[in-house]
Amino acid sequence: MDERFRAFRFTIHESRFTVRMKVLIPSALRSYTERGETEASGATLAAVLSDLDRNYPGIRFRMIDEQDRIRRHIRVFVNGEQVRDLAQPLAATDEVIIVQALSGG
Amino acid sequence: MKRKSMKPAAGKKGAAPRARGTLVMVATRKGAWLYHGDAARKRWRADGPHFLGHVISHVVLDPRDGRTLLAAAKTGHLGPTVFRSTDLGRNWKEATQPPAFAKAADGEKGRSVDHTFWLTPAHANEPGVWYAGTSPQGLFRSGDGGVTWKPFSSINDDPQYREWMGTVQDGTPDGPKMHSIIVDPRDPKHLYLAMSGGGVHESADGGRTWGTLIKGMDVVEGFGFDASKPTFHDPHCLRMCPSNPDRIYQQNHCGIYRLDRPSDTWVRIGKSMPKQVGDIGFPLVVHPRDADTAWVFPMDGTQVWPRTSPDGKPAVYATRNAGKTWQRLDAGLPAKEAWWTVKRQAMTGDAADPVGLYFGTSSGELWMSRDEGRQWACIARHLPEIYSVEAAGLI
Repeated sequence: MDERFRAFRFTIHESRFTVRMKVLIPSALRSYTERGETEASGATLAAVLSDLDRNYPGIRFRMIDEQDRIRRHIRVFVNGEQVRDLAQPLAATDEVIIVQALSGG
Repeated sequence: MKRKSMKPAAGKKGAAPRARGTLVMVATRKGAWLYHGDAARKRWRADGPHFLGHVISHVVLDPRDGRTLLAAAKTGHLGPTVFRSTDLGRNWKEATQPPAFAKAADGEKGRSVDHTFWLTPAHANEPGVWYAGTSPQGLFRSGDGGVTWKPFSSINDDPQYREWMGTVQDGTPDGPKMHSIIVDPRDPKHLYLAMSGGGVHESADGGRTWGTLIKGMDVVEGFGFDASKPTFHDPHCLRMCPSNPDRIYQQNHCGIYRLDRPSDTWVRIGKSMPKQVGDIGFPLVVHPRDADTAWVFPMDGTQVWPRTSPDGKPAVYATRNAGKTWQRLDAGLPAKEAWWTVKRQAMTGDAADPVGLYFGTSSGELWMSRDEGRQWACIARHLPEIYSVEAAGLI
C-alpha cells in the first residue's frame, strides 16, 4: 500500500465473541472521539458507520457525503479488496480498513 | 424585485465604538490564525495555528456575543465541516450536522458540499442564527449557533437557480461559490447574496423567494454574452454600508459598482479609476460610518488576467465620494516587484476611528493600516495562502 495511504487509516475488527467491533480512529478524526480506539456495531459497512455517528455526531459526514457516496479521498477495503458500496455485508472474520488518501501539497 | 428605501440604521457619521482590543481572524489554505491587537492596534499577538493542515475558508466572530467564532473547514481527505468556539478560539467543537444538500431521490444525482465558503451571522435580533454559502453553490441556515445546518430548498433545488449556479466546470478554479450573504440591519428577512458565477440576488421574505439584481452589471466583452442572464455575471464581493443599508458596493469580475436602493440598477463607479490600473479585483471594504467611502485592491485584468497587483506595485485605492474619484494608498507597501493577489474575503476593516484596514495576500502576508490606508505595516509574513481576513473590536 502506498505510503501516503498508510499514514491515515482506521480498521474495524469484529471480535470473535461479541457483535461490537473495535474501531481504530485515525488522528484526523480523533477530534470527534478524543481517543484512538472505540467500538461500533453493525452487520454492514453502512450500519457500522451509522453507529459510529450516533456516538460521535458528524464523524460519518467527513467520510461519506450527503448522497451516501464515499468521499473522493476515502477508500474502503474489506479483506484487502476495495469496496464502493456501503451495503457491503460484514462477516465476523472480516477486516475493514477505511483509508484517507492524502493528495496535493 | 423593487423595494422601498428604508430609514438608515445609523447616521452617516456615528460615533466609533470603544474597543479594548482588536481581533483579526485569518483563514488560510493550511489553518487559521487569530491576531490579538492592543487598543492602539500597534502590538499584535499571534494565536495559532488553529486546525493546522485544514483548508479554512472563513473565520467569523459573532458580533451578538463577542465570543463565538465559527470556522468553515475541510481537509484534502475529509469532508467539510464547521468548527465552533464559544471562548474566542480556546476550544473548538465541530458541527454535528454541517451544511449538506438534501438527499436526492432514487435515480437522481444529488449534489454534495465540497466546502463551506462563506459565513454570515444573521440579524442582531436573531441570536444563534447564521447563514452559510457553499461550493458547489448552496445557501444554508443554522438556528443553533452553527451546530446544525439546514439547506434552503428555495434556492438550492430551484431549477432556474441551479442553471445559473453552473457546475464545477464553471466559476472559480476550486468550484463556483455562494458568498456575500448580507442581512439588512433594519429587517432580518431582507437578504442579499452573490453567486460566483450567477449574479446578485435579493430576498424580502427571509429566503422563501428570490429576485435577481443584475441590471447595469457588465459581462465579459467579445463573446456575445447576454447581460440579462445571471449565468454570465460574476460578482466577486458585495458590501452593504452599515451607515446606509440602502447603499451596496460591489467588486465584480467586470468592474466596481454601486447600487443605491430602491434603484435596481448598478452604476459602474470603477470607470473613474486610473486607466493603467483598471477596476478589476476581488475584495471591497466599506467605511462603517461613511457610506461615501470604500476601498478596493486592484488586480491586473489585462491580456491573460494575471490578477496580481498591476505592474507589480501593490496599492489600495479609496473613494471618499461614492466612486466619483479614487485615491492611491500605497505608503509602506512594497514600491515594486510585489506580485500580490488578494482574494475576495481577504480584505476587511474594523469599526474604530480612524478605521483600521487589513488585507492578506495569497503569498501569506498580513498587512494593516491604522489610519484608513494612509500608511501600511506588515503584521505577519510566511503564512500559508490567505483566503480570508476578518476584523472585530473586542469589548
